[in-house]
Amino acid sequence: MPSEYLPILIFIIIATAFGLGALLLGMIFRPKKPYSEKLMPYESGITPVGEPRYRFSVRFYLVAMIFLVFDVEAIFIYPWAIVFDDIGTYGFIGMVIFIIIILIGYIFDWKKESFQWD
Amino acid sequence: MTPDTFIKFGIDVLIIVIKIAVVLVIGLLHVAYATYFERKVIGHMQVRLGPMRVGPHGLLQPFADGIKLFFKEDLIPEKADKVVFYLAPVIFMASAMVNLAFIPFSHNFIIADINIGLLFIFAIAGIGVYGIFISGWASNSKYAFIGGLRSSAQVISYEIAMGFSLVGVMIMAGSLNLTEIVRAQENSIFGMYAIPQIVGFVIFVIAAVAETNRTPFDLPEAESELVAGYFVEYTGFRFALFFLGEYIAMFIMASLCTVCFLGGWTLPWYVLKVLPFLQHVPGIVWFLIKVYAFIFFYYWIRATVPRYRYDQLMSIGWKILIPVALANILVTGLVKILL
Repeated sequence: MPSEYLPILIFIIIATAFGLGALLLGMIFRPKKPYSEKLMPYESGITPVGEPRYRFSVRFYLVAMIFLVFDVEAIFIYPWAIVFDDIGTYGFIGMVIFIIIILIGYIFDWKKESFQWD
Repeated sequence: MTPDTFIKFGIDVLIIVIKIAVVLVIGLLHVAYATYFERKVIGHMQVRLGPMRVGPHGLLQPFADGIKLFFKEDLIPEKADKVVFYLAPVIFMASAMVNLAFIPFSHNFIIADINIGLLFIFAIAGIGVYGIFISGWASNSKYAFIGGLRSSAQVISYEIAMGFSLVGVMIMAGSLNLTEIVRAQENSIFGMYAIPQIVGFVIFVIAAVAETNRTPFDLPEAESELVAGYFVEYTGFRFALFFLGEYIAMFIMASLCTVCFLGGWTLPWYVLKVLPFLQHVPGIVWFLIKVYAFIFFYYWIRATVPRYRYDQLMSIGWKILIPVALANILVTGLVKILL
């Protein structure tokens, strides 16, 4: 079994080495003449005002939290889908109940306007 | 470990490395010519010629671009978090590239034929979100920050819809192994899952466009407001790595669509019955034709459709795609029980 996963490990190493290697190699050839205007954060040519990491909409947190719930749900559905032939009607009813429970939370989120961006 | 097994292990690793090198070269050439193809397609759709200067019909343009980016100065903004800023493009590019290992290009050419291939693709593609987000955070610039936030929220939202849209395929094929999914389609009545799984197919295509931040869902990069989104502070080869990652991710999405819905390297049996001589064509040809048809579709909608607003983007993902995908799962299960 582990031998099937060996190519992935090697691929990860090669892909990372490709990125880092190309950057290191490029260091020899590319010019390096920085000055303070060049190193300023880009704001359409205007001197940056204030802190760049200012407060942002709480909706981004909400999306992240709802994502967690739904992603975990997806992870539960995958193995169910794979063994669907073996578990038949019994498994199907179980999944219907599971999805209904998730749907209650989903409708709650909808009514609380978690998906409303304006 | 005895010397014998050690040598055997070495040979195994060498074969894997050669295979990876082949796929990498194909992947990089794909990126080079996908950009050329894009500029030509969009150029002709807008009644212009696209790149024409470098080489015949501009064929060497991608190499000129690559060489230019390689020799450009690499600027690191003063206020940036240096280490994270350095690493973000590498993470983004590598996480897209590693997915090439799971794509079955043909019946006997796949680097890692594991039984949870589809799940692994999702897992590794998920790492790409870190690349997006930490580049936006580390740049310490307003545009990059907003772009990173928007992009990561968009990618995780559509990842759910995409994950659900593939469950129908999993139920029908009974496997997460991409090779087996193709085999199951070859033996099914319809020959490809795009026909019985039409709902899942449409959801997957929409989600695939949104996942790769392409028009009409390219809100994070919205040139008119955020200039380039999360990679606005990146120059030279670091920018090129983001570019590489995006185009390889497009290739992965097109391949995933081909494998899960369009029958991979096989042709439906009814096509072969009418035109039997087609079975002598190697499978990889069909695979690449399907993949490039899908990539052409990417460019086509880029030239046709205007950009969505951010609130529209989020409501499409959460209020339409996810409920429809869930309904599709239940209907597919019900049909499979009844038949």
